[in-house]
Amino acid sequence: MPNVRHISPKPGDTLVLVGTMKGAFLLRANADRSKWDVGGPYFPGHAVYAMACDSREGRRRIWAGVNSMHWGGMLHATDDFARNWTNPVAANVKFPQGTDAALKQIWQIAPGRASEPDTLYCGVEPAALFVSHDAGETWSLVEGLWNHPQRPKWQPGGGGLCLHTILLDPERPATIRVAISTGGMYVTEDGGVTWRPSNSGVRAQFLPDKYPEFGQCVHKVVQSKQRPARMFLQNHWGLYRSDDRGETWTDVANGVPSDFGFPMALHPGNADIAWIVPLESDEFRCTPEGKLRVYRTRDAGAHWDALTSGLPQDRAYETVLRDGLTVDTQSPVGVYFGTRSGKIFGSADEGDTWWVLADGLPPVIAVKTAIV
Amino acid sequence: MLFLIPGALRPLAGQRSEIRAPFGGGSLAQALDVLWKEAPALRDRVLTELDQVRPHINVFVDGCNARDAGGLTAPVAPDAEIVLLPAVSGG
Repeated sequence: MPNVRHISPKPGDTLVLVGTMKGAFLLRANADRSKWDVGGPYFPGHAVYAMACDSREGRRRIWAGVNSMHWGGMLHATDDFARNWTNPVAANVKFPQGTDAALKQIWQIAPGRASEPDTLYCGVEPAALFVSHDAGETWSLVEGLWNHPQRPKWQPGGGGLCLHTILLDPERPATIRVAISTGGMYVTEDGGVTWRPSNSGVRAQFLPDKYPEFGQCVHKVVQSKQRPARMFLQNHWGLYRSDDRGETWTDVANGVPSDFGFPMALHPGNADIAWIVPLESDEFRCTPEGKLRVYRTRDAGAHWDALTSGLPQDRAYETVLRDGLTVDTQSPVGVYFGTRSGKIFGSADEGDTWWVLADGLPPVIAVKTAIV
Repeated sequence: MLFLIPGALRPLAGQRSEIRAPFGGGSLAQALDVLWKEAPALRDRVLTELDQVRPHINVFVDGCNARDAGGLTAPVAPDAEIVLLPAVSGG
C-alpha cells in the first residue's frame, strides 16, 4: 500500500479537500496560498465522491464518503486532519427495510446551518437524501423525498441516478433544495416533509418535451448567501440564472464555447460572480478545442470571460466533474478545481491567474475548501 | 466450520485471517450469521441492506462459488470451508 503523508495545518491555513476515484487527499497552504503541502492518499483504492468540513461548535472534523466496489460505502470522519479516521462497525448510511434499495454511492455531504450544529445531510445514489441530527452518529432517510410520486420516473444519467447537490436556504430554515441527475431540482419548504420540482425554464435536451416539470439532468446548482434569491444552474446542456430562488430560470449562456458542463462555483461575497468549466459536448465531455478554460461572469451571466493564464491551451482535453470546482473564503477569493487527469489547479486572485497545486493524482471527483 | 477472511477485511476481524466456529450445518445465510457474531463489522461489508451478497464479492463453499449453488440458500456442511474473496470485477 502507498506511503501516506500527513499535513500539519495551522490556524488560518487554507485546506483543499480532494476526493478521487482511488482515495482522498488533503492539501494545505498558509493564507497567501503560494506553497502547498499534499497529504494522503487516504482510503487508497476506494472512490471518494464526497468530502466536507464541519467547523461548527469548534469542531475540526472532515468527512469523507468512501466507496469500495467490493465492500460498499460508508461515511468516515477525522478530527485530527486525517491521521485517524473512524471505521464504523455497521454501515452508517443505509436504506431502511421496506425501501427495497441498497446504497450504491455517497455523492454529497453537507453540514447543516450554524443554528443546527449537530445536523448534517447526505446525498446518495440511488437518489435519496439522508439526515443526521447527532453530528453524524446516526442517519435516517428523508422519507418525504423518497416517497415522492415522481421518483419512480427519475432516470440515471451517465454517472448514475444521484442526489449530488444539497442547498440549505440561508434565510429560510425549513427550505432545502436538492439537485438530482436525472430528476431535476426539488425544493422543500417544510423541513423535508413535502417536496416539489423547481425546474421552470430548464431544458431536457434528451426528452420529447424539452421543458418538462421534472426529469432534467441538473449538474450543479449554487445559491448566494448574501442574496438568496440569486442562483445559478449548470445543466446537461444549459446555463441558467434565477433571481427568484429557483422558481424560474433564465438562459445566461452568453459567450461561452458550450453550455454543456458539470461544475459551478459562486463567489462567497458577490452574487454576480460565478465560475464554470464548459465541456465541448455530452459526447466528448472534454474541454473545447483542447483548451482548458475556466469561465467567469462578473455580471450575473450577462457576459462570461475565459480565464487562461497558467492553464494549458494546447491539447488539453480535460474534464472537471460536477463537484470538482470550488472557492475558498479568503480575500481575494481563491478558486480551485480538479481534473479527471489528476491535476489540481488553484488561483488566489479569483481566477485571473492559475497554477498547479498537485499533479499525478487519481481522477479527481470532488474538491472542497475550508479555513482552519 | 472455517471461514477464510480476505486481507482487506482482517482489520475488522481482529486481524484474523481464519475464523473457526461450530456449526451444525444449514444454509450459507445461517453460516454467515455465525460469522457476524464473531466479527460484527464484516456483515455490512459483505451484505447489502437487502441482505444480498455484494455484487463484487464471491463466496466459495468448499471450493464452489455459492452463486452457482443457490446463493445464500447454498447448503453448508458442519465442516465446510467458506472463503470470502473480492471479485476481480470490482477493480
